[in-house]
Amino acid sequence: MQNKWWKPWLLLSPSLTAVFLLLVIPVCFVVVYSFWLRAPTGADIPAFQFGNYAKFFVDLFYPTVLIRTIRVALETVALCLVLGYIPAYFFYRTRSRVRPFLLLLIMLPFWISFIIRTLSWINILGDTGLINHFLIKSGLIAEPLSMLYNEGAVLLGLIQYLLPFMILNVYVSLEAIDKSLAEAARSLGCTEWQAFKEITLPLSLPGVSAGCLLVFVLTSGSYLPPMILGGPGNDMIANLVFKRIIGTLDWPFGSAISVILLSLLIIIIYTYNRYLGINQLFKSFQ
Amino acid sequence: MKLISGWSLIRLYTILVYVFMFAPIAAVIILSFNPQQFGSFPMEGFSLKWYVKLAQNHTILAAFKNSLILGACTAVLVTLVGIPAAMAFVRYDFYGKNTLNTLLLAPIMIPEVVLGVALLLFIRWLQQPKSFLLLLIGHVVITLPYVLLVVQARLVTIKREYEEAALVLGANPLQTFREITLPLLMPAIFAGMLFAFTISFDDVTATLFWATARNQTVPVKIFGMLRNSISPEINALGAVMIFLTISILLMAGFLSRRFTRGRNN
Repeated sequence: MQNKWWKPWLLLSPSLTAVFLLLVIPVCFVVVYSFWLRAPTGADIPAFQFGNYAKFFVDLFYPTVLIRTIRVALETVALCLVLGYIPAYFFYRTRSRVRPFLLLLIMLPFWISFIIRTLSWINILGDTGLINHFLIKSGLIAEPLSMLYNEGAVLLGLIQYLLPFMILNVYVSLEAIDKSLAEAARSLGCTEWQAFKEITLPLSLPGVSAGCLLVFVLTSGSYLPPMILGGPGNDMIANLVFKRIIGTLDWPFGSAISVILLSLLIIIIYTYNRYLGINQLFKSFQ
Repeated sequence: MKLISGWSLIRLYTILVYVFMFAPIAAVIILSFNPQQFGSFPMEGFSLKWYVKLAQNHTILAAFKNSLILGACTAVLVTLVGIPAAMAFVRYDFYGKNTLNTLLLAPIMIPEVVLGVALLLFIRWLQQPKSFLLLLIGHVVITLPYVLLVVQARLVTIKREYEEAALVLGANPLQTFREITLPLLMPAIFAGMLFAFTISFDDVTATLFWATARNQTVPVKIFGMLRNSISPEINALGAVMIFLTISILLMAGFLSRRFTRGRNN
């Protein structure tokens, strides 16, 4: 074996340079900028003060958005779990020959443009969309129901985006379970449901928690679904960042909001890693 | 008897989830053929007029060109950066390995908005204009974790003995890599490049921060068009993108089968 100590570092140098230069240092800049002042003229003044953070918490407006972000993320996690566990279990148990095809199909949305998937809901929920069209045609309603630009529409967009992540995480974890364990429980007199509840379900929990973490993290940072499917009252943290930076060019305040978002995620990921270990998470990508 | 009904409920549930996932996408494709002025139901005939209109729209064609070039450059660059890193993680033991691996995978977990702001802020501090290069390096950071995961997963399955045999027989490390490791790694490299291309091609949020009017990508262009309202033209553009990604996938599946034919995986 070639055991020169510098070899791995040589191999790693391009990627480490890239990540340090393009990720670590820029994120440090965001943190530094979040303490700066914004002059009335729009210029940024180097400073060390907590005014931007105070501005976030002094008013009820911004904390409401933060709480809404967390609430929507939790709702998305719960709905993805409810919608995702059963299909994952189906893939695990089915003996159908089309199983590889079905698995491929559930991966397909990963490859389809995110913005197209998000805006596709307008065709379903809009005033002239599929649902209203059928409801009016069948005579159930006279005026189109207004289903877009509310939290429900945002949730639908988020679920459609994140459900494959949940299904794959749960499936990867289920697939690792030895099927003979449940069979043994069955032969010892358990019912199918008991065998599932006592054996399969507990053993699949690592995948469930990894899926929940991933869905939570991806939801709390998401910008597009609230932007396209939500109304003015459905903004999440990422929308605030975008509005402050691109809209009003308030870099220090925008940076402070970014830091708050990042801190929320770091706390959650850190806690998760502490108690459950993060490695399970990356299995589903492979 | 009870068991069968339970199982058929599970199957029905799964089918409904599939309907939920794919109905909106199907609606995009169907409505893109609707000749009506507004992108909505009911369908009034079948027409390709929105596709024709699309093909005549120069800004959209320009955006397509930008997206393709950007995706291809990202795929090549990120592979060149990613493969050595994957080799280091799988083939060597060194201090801080796990921490560094987590660091390189971190962009998956960091919200794109934050990535977008961070890099833009840095570029602004360096007093550089937004450019194609900014988009390229940004997309490399976003796609690097995926390439790393794909290549590492494959590299773990390639037995070290093959490389050791080549070394024993007198090949130098570079020759060993070129003659043994690289060919065995080809499917993963190919998959990684495809992954990187698609992610770059589809990326919206971070790209919104980095793009300028001159180097818009297709998703950014769609985002701009959407501000007005959803038109059949957007549906047609969406359908084109769906067809494009699916055909790339099918082609990739076909090619990878040819790549690996006769080799045992």
